[in-house]
Amino acid sequence: MTAPHVLQARNVIAGYAFDLPILHGVSVHVDAGEVVSIIGPNGSGKSTLVKAVAGLVRVSAGNVRLDGRDITGVAAHRLAAEGVGYVPQTGNVFATLTVRENLMIGGAPLAKAAALERIEEICDIYPILKERMHDRAGSLSGGQRQILAVARALLTRPRLMLLDEPTASLSPKAASELFSAVRGLARDGAAVLMVEQNAKAALRVSDRGLVLAEGRNRIEGPAADLLSDEGIGEIFLGFRRDAAKTEGAG
Amino acid sequence: MIGLVSYIVFFLILSLIFGVAVLGLNLQWGFTGLFNAGVAGFTAIGAYTMAILTGPARDAVFGGFELPFVVGLIGAMAASGMGAAIVGLATSSLRHEYLAVATFGIAVTIQLVCLNWEYLTGGTLGLIGIPNPSKAWADGPLAQNALYLLMVLVSVGLTFAALERIVKSPWGRMLKAIREDDVAAASLGKSPERVRLEAFVLGCMIMGLSGALYVSFIGYVSPWDFLPILTFQIWTMLIVGGSANNRGALLGALIVWGVWTMSGFIISRVVPSEIQAQGGAMQAVLIGLILVVTLLIRPRGLIGEELHVSRHAGP
Amino acid sequence: MILQHVADGILSGAVVALGAIGLSFTMKMLRFANFSHSELLTWGAYSALVFVAFFSSFGGFLDRTIGPFSFGASLLLAMPCACIATSMVALLLHRFVFERLSRMAGHMTMVFASFGVALTLRHLVVLIWGSDPIYYSRELQFAILLPGNVRVMPDQVFLLGLTVVVVIALHLFMSRSRAGISMRGVAENPDLARASGVNVDRIVTWVWVIGASGAAIGGVLYGMTVQLRPELGFSLILPLFAAAILGGTGSLYGAVLGGLIVGLSENLSVMVIPTTYKPAVPFLLILAILYFRPEGIFGERSR
Repeated sequence: MTAPHVLQARNVIAGYAFDLPILHGVSVHVDAGEVVSIIGPNGSGKSTLVKAVAGLVRVSAGNVRLDGRDITGVAAHRLAAEGVGYVPQTGNVFATLTVRENLMIGGAPLAKAAALERIEEICDIYPILKERMHDRAGSLSGGQRQILAVARALLTRPRLMLLDEPTASLSPKAASELFSAVRGLARDGAAVLMVEQNAKAALRVSDRGLVLAEGRNRIEGPAADLLSDEGIGEIFLGFRRDAAKTEGAG
Repeated sequence: MIGLVSYIVFFLILSLIFGVAVLGLNLQWGFTGLFNAGVAGFTAIGAYTMAILTGPARDAVFGGFELPFVVGLIGAMAASGMGAAIVGLATSSLRHEYLAVATFGIAVTIQLVCLNWEYLTGGTLGLIGIPNPSKAWADGPLAQNALYLLMVLVSVGLTFAALERIVKSPWGRMLKAIREDDVAAASLGKSPERVRLEAFVLGCMIMGLSGALYVSFIGYVSPWDFLPILTFQIWTMLIVGGSANNRGALLGALIVWGVWTMSGFIISRVVPSEIQAQGGAMQAVLIGLILVVTLLIRPRGLIGEELHVSRHAGP
Repeated sequence: MILQHVADGILSGAVVALGAIGLSFTMKMLRFANFSHSELLTWGAYSALVFVAFFSSFGGFLDRTIGPFSFGASLLLAMPCACIATSMVALLLHRFVFERLSRMAGHMTMVFASFGVALTLRHLVVLIWGSDPIYYSRELQFAILLPGNVRVMPDQVFLLGLTVVVVIALHLFMSRSRAGISMRGVAENPDLARASGVNVDRIVTWVWVIGASGAAIGGVLYGMTVQLRPELGFSLILPLFAAAILGGTGSLYGAVLGGLIVGLSENLSVMVIPTTYKPAVPFLLILAILYFRPEGIFGERSR
């Protein structure tokens, strides 16, 4: 029997209101050392999916497993302690707190000494944070904020990292730096699930991709295949604007 | 037997007068979602205006115009409406809890004015000798009270009918739209700010009417009748009866006033006289508990909103 | 004359500040205007009465006054007990009323409920302790004459000193301890705090304990320097809201500064308006701040 996936979500139905699900049965799995991108048009439920996995949106049916253990409905702060790191799309740092305080909150599930030690390690990976340690996070640049957000989530050494549009407001340079940081996470053994608006760039650093549409799995496969399939590119990834010619995606 | 009938008439007059204020609050909270924590203040404005317009002339105090009852009612509504307009203009952008805090403050301020501006309000003594029109038309307390009950019933009936029409009108649908979602309501055309102000003023006018009916009935006005506990009582009536339902508002007034007077009666019989002062506290605790427990176990009240919200709230 | 008003303003502002800290935190973190918060001051003050009687009954040094003050060690011991008792009242209310309502209804429903809770708490005090004013102690004390012909009582000096100590302690808690940092995080972005591993329920418990303890200390100090009345807290509703809104909800320093502004403006107002209208001053401050800077002095401008 093979080891269970780090993340396995099956037929997840979830939404903000009881009777108004946004996800209508989505399934996804991610293994250790793997980056999986979720792409799809606006409103397809990408963010809701990562929030549901992070425990911030109620899952009304289906189940979510972490290393084979059922974590459906477990409170978000418990999941953080269990090794799920989550970086939301907006408001991903505490702007009124200093960089150090942001990291301290990220270390909430750890013992204080362990958290302080881990902050040291993180600062060795991202020296910019050390420089700005006592500045308010609100004063950081967009790229620095994103790094802080990732660093905050990394404090607990998560086995599963959830990133919601990490490059949304970044310059191309900062975005490519961030993508290489994401690759680094996977190299260190984490499973990464990433939502991206910039599908092409995201697929280039991903192992696999999942296209969502209207809250359902639409297409999935190795990132390279999705990138090379012109039809998919046209319809879902916006590679070319004139989508009139080719018909039929999968 | 006559005693019981007189008592029932007396009870109905007071609870229906409260009912009028509850209808006003229902327009603001139930239909529009405006949290008015200063009901006592707006009722007081109506009450004092009635006293000043219809009361007898007296030395060193403004007013005493001895005007007819109906003029007093209209004047009271106008004064409360004006007060509400001033307050509403200052606070219309305030939503939710800030409006609650601000209206609470207004009621406190109005009470301070009632207590201290002796030239206008008679100060702590209040104003006495307010004529009750039924006394001119009928003989004997029972007949007079029955006549006054009839007048109150007419006022309640007119208010009720008017509100029922209003909430079913396009303007009324606008109110509910504002309650649910300001932004969506703005797309219906009228400015939500403006409609909210209109609903606030109209609701406060109805509270003024209630205050005016009250002073004519008991014959005097005193600042001690408009303490914040009055606001609590009226809110409890609305929550118990069921907000966004005018029938519920009146039912709540009857029930809560019934509980209040019954508990007062029982306490006065059961509690030893040396701690009678505590009796009022027991009643207040009871009202507070009724409000909290209703919110916890039956948040819609006894008869809540009728759920046939029209989805096609077009122009 | 002016200086005396300033001194009185600072003293009454200190009590308002202690009460406003908790109100400000609950408004920000539990997202409702808690009209019953001021009743926690009343409960703090009256519950201390019970503990004072208890400790005094041991006699000896517990029953004697300390130095120039009107109170003895029994009141100093009673204060932390009152904080615990008041925190328990607050946590019970949270558990059985506010938390339930926050899950099943909107936050405005919590505001009504707080009205009902306030009414109930206030009149329970009347039922238990009666409606006549009560004093912790009838001991005489001699006023201290400060430069500028300002008179203050030794108890009032103690009031100010203790307030400063409490504020410094809270400052250290909020900036140094992990619970304090997490609390500020929850105030800014509860979802992000949750996803970072912060147990928000635990933080909310902290908010109530801090708020109720501040209220209890404020209530005891008010009872010590003025008197205990069942309407003690009720009369502070508007000053507390004014201080919390002025300072910007969720801000410790805002609440403290707001408290001082409210205390000073109330006391200085008597130079221009009749004393009888003094209770309306906090309301005017609320209107002014909501009109000109609704996020408060220390509040973050919302997007």
